[in-house]
Amino acid sequence: MKDYSRYTSAERFVLIALRILIGWHILYEGFAKLLIPNWSSVSFLQESQWILKGFSGWIISNPGILNAVDILNTWGLILIGLGLMLGLFTRASAIAGAILLFLYYLNNPPLTGLEYSVPAEGSYLVVSKTLIESMALVVLAIFPSGYFAGLDILVDRFRNRSK
Amino acid sequence: MANSDNSENKKDMTQDTIKRRTLLKALIGIPVLGVFAFELVKKWTYDQEKKARLIKELGLENLPVPTIMKSTKGSKSDLIRVGIVGYGSRAVSHANGLGFMHPADVEAKTKNDTMKDWLAQDDLNVAITGICEVFELHAETGLATARNTVRTGGADPSSLPVKRYRTYEEMLDDKEIDAVMIATPDHHHAPMSILAAQAGKHVYCEKAPVHSEDQIIPLYETIRNSKITYQLGHQITQSVIFQQARDIIKRDILGKITLVETTTNRNSADGAWIRHLDKSGNPKPGDEKSIDWQQWLGHAPKVPFSIDRYYNWTKFFDYDIGLLGQLFTHEYDAVNQLLQIGIPKSVVSSGGIYYWKDNRDMADTLHCVFEYPDRELTLLYSAMLANSRNRGRVFMGHDASMELGGSINISVDGSSTKYKKQIDSGLIDPSSPMVSFNPNSGKVDAVTSATEKYYAARGLTTTSINGIQVDVTYLHIKEWIDCIRSGKTPSADIEMAFQEAVTCIMAHKSYVEKRRVEWDPVNRKIV
Repeated sequence: MKDYSRYTSAERFVLIALRILIGWHILYEGFAKLLIPNWSSVSFLQESQWILKGFSGWIISNPGILNAVDILNTWGLILIGLGLMLGLFTRASAIAGAILLFLYYLNNPPLTGLEYSVPAEGSYLVVSKTLIESMALVVLAIFPSGYFAGLDILVDRFRNRSK
Repeated sequence: MANSDNSENKKDMTQDTIKRRTLLKALIGIPVLGVFAFELVKKWTYDQEKKARLIKELGLENLPVPTIMKSTKGSKSDLIRVGIVGYGSRAVSHANGLGFMHPADVEAKTKNDTMKDWLAQDDLNVAITGICEVFELHAETGLATARNTVRTGGADPSSLPVKRYRTYEEMLDDKEIDAVMIATPDHHHAPMSILAAQAGKHVYCEKAPVHSEDQIIPLYETIRNSKITYQLGHQITQSVIFQQARDIIKRDILGKITLVETTTNRNSADGAWIRHLDKSGNPKPGDEKSIDWQQWLGHAPKVPFSIDRYYNWTKFFDYDIGLLGQLFTHEYDAVNQLLQIGIPKSVVSSGGIYYWKDNRDMADTLHCVFEYPDRELTLLYSAMLANSRNRGRVFMGHDASMELGGSINISVDGSSTKYKKQIDSGLIDPSSPMVSFNPNSGKVDAVTSATEKYYAARGLTTTSINGIQVDVTYLHIKEWIDCIRSGKTPSADIEMAFQEAVTCIMAHKSYVEKRRVEWDPVNRKIV
């Protein structure tokens, strides 16, 4: 087992708190989509601009693929959220979450000249909260916060024992 | 020994403490997850209760979920043989509705994975056995469609031969045809429907039912005195949301309705019926050799062959009545199906050719006011071909407005008497739509969150993905076919067609003669 004692209590605390907060947010994003009857990513993808516009258009035009994207998105969010909240497979969850959020960002980045019919809930220029949350997950992927406190500790023990 | 025992014990104890602390650390997420679950249930319950309360206060509970009517499927001997008159773009939808598709369309739809919904249509047990078309190219398309072996609902390919008829009289004489679908330019609709009824063929006729005042009574009397099933081609009221809208009106959710606003909002050459060029700007096919021009003209004034008139016939009053026949007919049908307003007492029309300054007769900006003093209601039609701002179709009552499009949105009026208590208590916010019905979710939903409100206000709540999308033209044709078999009356029957014919011709007359016109119900004349 690795030694994580070089991190101070304060460092551990903020990283664990950050992980749980983001986990909570992503888990609810997933559940919200699950609970809305007939939720579909179509209205989000229709708004897509910039470099992913063509790709999103292609998804919308294929009902089967759109359906798969909807399911993957909803359950992806739920699994990532659970992973972060419980500290289970934390690094994988954080990386997957960072990529997913970065994809959301790329679909509608607040760049000058791109106009969206749905107003943003804040004021953004180039940088949005989605991008920041994505970067925060990169931070969590770099630091072993699952081993500070989380089910990863048990996973690690189990792996060591089976060796 | 004692010493070593002691150290073993100590080691065990430290390991135990480590284990316990580690376990606590490992399970840190569990209590958070518990709090999350608690909050999730709390929010879900709150949302559900608020929605339920809103729907209850508006009197919308127990609104029946619309279902597609079951087909009265006949035996094989019950096969209905259909002849199509006029095989243009509208007839393609008719054929699709009957369960036939052109091989090229099948290929295109298979490619982009959109065949599923069409294939799921019921087998109506019909065969297209005749095509009557003046243009060679279109006739070929029709024949290939009727002969295609790919069928909906797992139907067997038709084994019957498909005949091409040069004239519709020839088709009507043929005993091998049971029913006809008319999708020609409008000036043929009434004469063809009359002859078909006299020949004992069932009729599905595209709107408008008539082209001139003198056709109204003969059409009405002939169909009424015949035993055939007549259906006018108004598919939009087959949409499931219309069943819901009917119920909303029946329950008096809107209060007293005194104004209904209907609109047309287009802003393109195609939308203004300039259609003789293809997508790349080249002239579409067709010349005097491949088009039977005299047959196409029929009873219309004799003029030399013109590709402009052939493709853009809507522009000319010789063949139709412009916006009124093409688009107001749908608006009128939508309102009449919901409110049963019938024929207005008076109509005033006004407008002009202000943007598309070509050789057209039809107005590109048109406003018509239909008065129903007995019903204490005005129907307004405002059409515009040079701006596409969506002005919707709105039923305005004292207590609420209902916007009826691809979905239904109900907004409570700020000065409503009926909902005053709920507005004062804050349950109802009159500034945004409160209830929306999304045809795909199959239920009425109260709009409570800000995002939902935002989307609902713009009609973006509909998702066209989940569940099978049923084509409304198919439903309308299916109703006609089912009625032919059962002897029941379809929704757009001759009575509805008569009311629509009178209303549209009144508006047209008012526009052309630049005066207010009235309907004389005794002498059945426009005065």
